[in-house]
Order: sequence, then C-alpha cells, then structure tokens
Amino acid sequence: MESLQPISGLWLLITMSLKVTIIFGLVVLVVAYSTLAERRVSAWIQDRRGPNRVGPFGLLQPVADGIKNLLKEETLPSTASRAFFVLAPMFVLVPSLVTFAVIPIAAPLPTPVGVVDMIIADVPIGILYVLAFSSLAVYGVVLGGWASNNKYAFLGGLRASAQMVSYEVALGLSLITVLMMSGNVTLTEVVWQQQQLGMWFAFPLSLAFILFVISAFAETNRLPFDMPEAESELVTGYHTEYSAMKFSAFMISEFGHMVTASALMATLFLGGWDLPGTWDDAFWHEGQLIKGFSQDGVAVLANPAWWKTVLTFCGFAAKTSFFMLLYIWIRWTLPRFRYDQVMALGWKVMLPTALAYAMLIGSVILVLDEVGIRWGFSYGLALTAVSGAATAGFIFFLDRGRTIIGAAGQSRQKVSISGISQPATAGD
Amino acid sequence: MAISIKLMNRPEPEHTSYLRAALSGMALTFRHLVNPSKVTQQYPEEPTDLSPRWRGTHRMEVHADGRPKCVACGLCPTVCPANCIRLVGGEDDQGNRYPIVYEIDEFRCIFCGMCQEVCPVEAIHVGQHFENAEYTRSRFVYDLDRLMEQDHPTTLLWDPSDPSSE
Repeated sequence: MESLQPISGLWLLITMSLKVTIIFGLVVLVVAYSTLAERRVSAWIQDRRGPNRVGPFGLLQPVADGIKNLLKEETLPSTASRAFFVLAPMFVLVPSLVTFAVIPIAAPLPTPVGVVDMIIADVPIGILYVLAFSSLAVYGVVLGGWASNNKYAFLGGLRASAQMVSYEVALGLSLITVLMMSGNVTLTEVVWQQQQLGMWFAFPLSLAFILFVISAFAETNRLPFDMPEAESELVTGYHTEYSAMKFSAFMISEFGHMVTASALMATLFLGGWDLPGTWDDAFWHEGQLIKGFSQDGVAVLANPAWWKTVLTFCGFAAKTSFFMLLYIWIRWTLPRFRYDQVMALGWKVMLPTALAYAMLIGSVILVLDEVGIRWGFSYGLALTAVSGAATAGFIFFLDRGRTIIGAAGQSRQKVSISGISQPATAGD
Repeated sequence: MAISIKLMNRPEPEHTSYLRAALSGMALTFRHLVNPSKVTQQYPEEPTDLSPRWRGTHRMEVHADGRPKCVACGLCPTVCPANCIRLVGGEDDQGNRYPIVYEIDEFRCIFCGMCQEVCPVEAIHVGQHFENAEYTRSRFVYDLDRLMEQDHPTTLLWDPSDPSSE
C-alpha cells in the first residue's frame, strides 16, 4: 500500500499547495501568539499576570490586537517620502515570512500516493536563501527610518544598518563550521548529518552555537541588541512615525524574524526535527528514503510513519519554542548595550573568534578525516572536546578572566568611614 | 555634626564578571517567572479590601420606619468645604424637622468626611465604596432617596484616643 517513492504529478501540486497554506498559516499563528507569549512571560517575570481578559487565559488577545490595529487611523507624515514610507513595512514583512520555506519541520510523511517531505521547498541553496532574505529585511528598516523624515527614525535606521551588517558577518562565519560539518547547504542535509553523527551540532560546534545565538539576537534587533528601536533613546526608532497596520507589519516582521531565527537555530544546532535515537532518521539518498548506512556502506531503508511525523513535529516545535522563550527571557533580563559596545563586540570579538573557530574546526575535520575516523559518534566526541576547550577559552577571554576567579574574589578592600565631621557651611 | 556613611561593598567595574552577572540575573528572572504568587489583583472578580476608614460614596441612615435620620439642622452644608450638599429643611405636624431636598453632588465632593463628623444624629455618612461610575454627569447628583438606598458599610471615623485604630 505505502510506496516509499517521492510524491509526484498532480498529488505533488496538491500537497505543495496544502503545505504552503498550512505552514504559512502556522507561522502567522505562532507569530501572533508569540506577541501574547512575550507579554505573558514579561508579566510573569515581573510578578504580574499579563493580559488575561480576552478569551480564556487571554488567548484571544492577538485577535483583539489585530482588530484594533486594523481599525486605527493610518497616519502619513506630511514630510515623509510617501512611496517609500508605504513600501518599507512590506519590505520587512515579506522576508521575515518567506524564510520559513526552506526549514524542514518534521520527518517525511508517508501517504498512499507517495512520501511527502515536511518542508515547503527543499531548494539546493538552503541556508544561502535564508541569509539572502534575512539580510533583505534591513532595507525595509533603513527605508522606513529614512522615509519617515524624523530624526529619531533616521537614527534608528542608521543604527539598524550598521548593526545588522556587522553581525551578519559573524553570523555567516559561525555558519561556515556547520556547512563544513554537513558538507552541504540544504537544511534537510544538515538535519540528516546530525542524525548520522549521533549528536546535535550544538555539542561538536558549541562555540559556533554561542556565536550564532548572539548574532541571531543582534540580527533580529532584540534586547540586549535593540539599538534600532531603543525606546529610551529613540522613541521607538525606525517605526516611530508608523501607526495602525503599518506599525503592526513591523511588529509582525520582528516576531516573524524571531520565529524564523529560532527555527533556524533549532535546525542548525539542535538537530531540527530529529529526536534522540535513530528510529526517526530519514533522508532522500539517490531516490530512496534511507535511514542510514550499515557497516559495509549499504543503504538501510527508512520506515516512515505518520506518528513519527507527528512526534518529530512536536520535537521541532519544542525546540523552536525553547529559543522563543530564551528570546523573551533574555529581553526581560538584560539591559541594552551601549552603541559602541555593540560595535566592539561585533567587530572585535565575534568576527575574529568566528574566523579563528572556522579555521580550528576546519583543521580538526581535516585531521580526523586523515586519521580515518568514521563520521559518527567518536568523530563528534573528538570535535566536542576541541570545541569545548575553544568555548571555555572564549568565555574566559570575553569575561577578562573573571568567570573563574569571580567578582567576589577581587572586590575592593572594605573601607569603613564613620564619624566624619561635616564641613562647616557659610551659614554657621 | 558627625555623620556616618554606609559604604556598600561593591566591586569595581573592572573586577566584575558580565557573564556571571548576566547568568545570575537570568536565574533571578526565571525564579520570578515560575513563582506562582503574583501581585496583580484580579479586580472585578476579587473585590478590593478597603480600609475601615475609607471615605467613599455617601449614604443616609434611615429609621426603622424608613424615614431618614436627618433632622435638617443644616450643619453639613455649612461645614462642607466643597459646598456640595444642598439641603432644604421642612417641619411636619409634630414639629419634627426633616429634609425636603437633600442632594449631594459626588463630583464636587472631596470626600473629607466632615459631614459625617459634624452630623449630630449620625444620619449622613461617607462609606466604604467607590464603584459609582455613571453614564451621565447628572446621575452624580445623589438625591435623598438614592442616599437612603445605599447599603455599603459606613466609614469608621478616626478616634483621637486611638490614633492607629487598634
């Protein structure tokens, strides 16, 4: 009954339309509910309850927000550049939503008419597509800031361009190690190689993981890197002059970027939809859906099942939600960096570290391949050891040696001053 | 005059660890995140606890037969600093004085409670109640019937011999 052939023909068209609709709807839904999650989690962190009035547990709050934003007055500053002012929200909204197309969300689903991949477009350029579209978003931000003809918006746009360009470098360089490990840029292959390695890339590439998370925070303009919208300095930065649905578009794109970045971090470093164990492994290899290779290099066929798809989707959702929670948690904990600190961290710390780490991992991979260790768990362990040492060194260096000694060990000598006589004032 | 300075034992910035501080901050916020006790009061469902000395919406005490206790002596409109009480007194066949018109403008009232303090027959009171929203301004002028209808607890006046209400 079940054929392990990729789906084709008319059924491909039907499933593709369904996948586009469902995944797009899902992303928009997650974006809507992450705005609620942000407010609820921030409230809980501050010992409040958060929005809980609209619907059960406040679950209809995003709907109420949407209706409110639709009904609000659209303002258009008289001095704004009209065309670009209207164009900017579209420029940020589209890239934040289309990047999800290349992220695999679950194990392939077997159907009577063929196996359906749980990814909209398994394009051969995978990560490059994500990088290309996510860097397009900065144009919308800069355009919005410039077209508003408002100095705060303009400063926000300027900061956005500087920050996003700086951190894109570190982001791309930390990705290089992942690409070296997986040997390909498609995200399905990245997931497959993590399954074959027997461990997720967060362990053998721990430093790249840290650098990627930091860069992703900067790329999505989230605290502690929210220079472009810095409320206390720039009103709200690049979207100061926007109202109603245009403002909402900026918010949706910010959360859309967060969701995409979370899904990307989960895919690249936490195994994507992969769950521990080899029962769910599946990959298209020369037209066959295989589970892995036996000792003598013969392909072992995979046996996909609908419950595996559901379980792996839950795993993927859990990993993505973890990063979403991390985003929110960090936002409501850490204060914003100063602008020069952001730039110094990006150019003086992240970039050289990412470069050096790419070289280190490259040479370790070369050595391991020369020695003849098979791609597998021991390969991963060797890389984990090297990366662990590199990560420890990076943290030690970044914290100027205080991580181990600690702040309390070097605190200033306690001086007790008491009984100082107050100098007599002129009136006495 | 000698002063004493409490010197906080804080490490110099160059001796602090950003990572440690950040991580301990994360731990702190996480403890608050999972802490089930929240300070927000679910107001309409959980009524607010008002102080026994809370001075809010007025009420007029009534006799057992439903007449107001007010004897129209005119002390409350005299003492009222906001001039929000309008009283027209009358006299019945037995010579008992009673209010023909007794109106309190809750918008003008500053809720000082002096009307209650000055009342010789303990008729007019300020009460432990504040939910008196209306759709029109005219509804904020409470007439005698409306004042007599109020059933919230009345305010406990401050007792000089027991200043902290113990």
